[in-house]
Amino acid sequence: MTKQLMRGSHVLGEAAVRAGCRYYFGYPITPQNEVPEYLSGRLLEVGGTFVQAESELSSINMVIGAAMAGGRVMTSSSSPGISLKQEGISYLAGQEMPAVIANMIRGGPGLGNIAPAQSDYFQATRGGGHGDYRCLVLAPASCQELCDLTFSAFDLADKYRNPVMILGDGLMGQMMEPVEFPEPVDPAALPKKDWILDGAKGRPSRIILSMLLDPKRLEAHNYKLTRKYDAMTAAEQRWEEYQCDDALLVVVAYGTAARIVKGAIKRVREMGLKVGLFRPISLYPFPKEPLSRLTQRVRQVLVFEMSSGQMVEDVQIAVKSQAEVHFYGRPGGVIPTPEEVAHQISHYYHNAHLAQGEAADGRRAGGAA
Amino acid sequence: MKQVFHKPKSLKPAIYHYCPGCGHSIIHRLVAEVIDELGIQEKTVGVPPAGCAVLAYNYFDVDMGEAPHGRAVAVATGIKRVLPDRVVFTYQGDGDIAAIGTGGAVHAANRGEKITVLFINNGVYGMTGGQMAPTTVAGMNSTTTPGGRDVARDGYPLDLTQMLAVAGGSVYLERVAVNSPKNIKKAKKAIKKAFQAQLDGLGFSLVEILSTCPTNWKMSPIKAMEYIDQSMSKVFPLGVIKDKTGYDEKQGEES
Repeated sequence: MTKQLMRGSHVLGEAAVRAGCRYYFGYPITPQNEVPEYLSGRLLEVGGTFVQAESELSSINMVIGAAMAGGRVMTSSSSPGISLKQEGISYLAGQEMPAVIANMIRGGPGLGNIAPAQSDYFQATRGGGHGDYRCLVLAPASCQELCDLTFSAFDLADKYRNPVMILGDGLMGQMMEPVEFPEPVDPAALPKKDWILDGAKGRPSRIILSMLLDPKRLEAHNYKLTRKYDAMTAAEQRWEEYQCDDALLVVVAYGTAARIVKGAIKRVREMGLKVGLFRPISLYPFPKEPLSRLTQRVRQVLVFEMSSGQMVEDVQIAVKSQAEVHFYGRPGGVIPTPEEVAHQISHYYHNAHLAQGEAADGRRAGGAA
Repeated sequence: MKQVFHKPKSLKPAIYHYCPGCGHSIIHRLVAEVIDELGIQEKTVGVPPAGCAVLAYNYFDVDMGEAPHGRAVAVATGIKRVLPDRVVFTYQGDGDIAAIGTGGAVHAANRGEKITVLFINNGVYGMTGGQMAPTTVAGMNSTTTPGGRDVARDGYPLDLTQMLAVAGGSVYLERVAVNSPKNIKKAKKAIKKAFQAQLDGLGFSLVEILSTCPTNWKMSPIKAMEYIDQSMSKVFPLGVIKDKTGYDEKQGEES
């Protein structure tokens, strides 16, 4: 298999088609317009369906219908558009309908801007809409990972009968990297679903709903969903540990922020600082256990996010009191440089007196701004 | 002995929860009869709304999928796009389709989605307790229009079906009522034609059905039936609003 140089938005679309996705319903919003643009042509080639709906509301509800009918289906949008889709995502979760939703996050709140941001972490990992539910949330940090996670997102959606969200941003969508795509899946060869609405031929009629008026029945349904999220938590935690073996301080960051951190670690390692990266790939379930294990040994943690601090709460829950958790964030769509993050790492590293014997040579001078 | 009347196959043996004199029960029966007569029970998927008919899946013996309030047309679009050879219908009240779901209805009609919409217009939000609907006629009482709907204050009743007539993809739009045996017969004919238009892949079809809500209108069932003739059908005249099916011409040629 040869590698192809492709931009992230197109990688997302191509990986979806190769995963057997044949239905896309969307609505334009920057910075993700290249996703529907790519799929409008690509789905035509494979006999799929592309509908540009009149709103995010309609597009997510078309996703619900397509999922009910058994299709592998996806939609994509960016922050304000994802807010509009939240009602539908809540229904998908309540009705246990599989679907893939990509959010190329932009700066918020409100209309904000179109620059890369990570300010939708809470919305993505806490459900986002009304009710007691979770989406499985995946955050790639390279085009290859975007491909691999998108490809497996459809299987995960089917496995758990649950919406799966891919979190990226405009940087992820625009950057070009070489990607090796998996062999395409034939949608006709996928396992048959025994719950879909396709006409009650030779079987009793079926109902798909989330409305359970009897509180006891709804409670039982909610417990069933909880058990599903527990199963997801046990089986689907994904993360990367980068240069953590000898680390005295680990930075926790995901997606675009984690790429910046890798550049920063290269710089501080050159200065002799023993710093590693813990990169959550699944944001829900958050890789709590591996981070907990790591911080039994590494007592200094710096959380870096392109927001004013959201994932840091999950880090604190995972770490408890076994390590000191610091935070550095740049909200509003600002992309910090690796130098800036290196400066922060150095500050916390030296403040914790991790660089014994180095203080005298003046390296400690670089405190946080 | 010849059986001349029976429960349609496409209705489950369940007892309706609807109020006495409510039009939903009649309309459910008509839809089920049409599904039986067209022989499409095993290939039909229905989408009920939020509203009194939210429990329609307890009555129709076909596959049914729930939609959020106002989104039945979008959900139906998703189902139909995946399964183009199935028959997909939505069952929506006036609040559902003519207020919160107006955008979806206009654009589904405009795209010519090959689905059938049953639009039940009783001029009121029934399930939530009788608030003003987009279709509440001027002067009509509701719990949110003290002294009756005042068009200067509350706006005018909206004729959604007429709006859909200008959409390029709508092929059959008719307004009927279920307040007399004669009108019920006409209503059934219209529903059947709308389903037929979908079966023939012609485009978007919708039947608006003027229906009664004696509970929220605070009228007896008989008075409510009369109210449709005296008041509602003056604002929403019965009849074909758009017909591009060509069925009547064909019938004319054959006879």
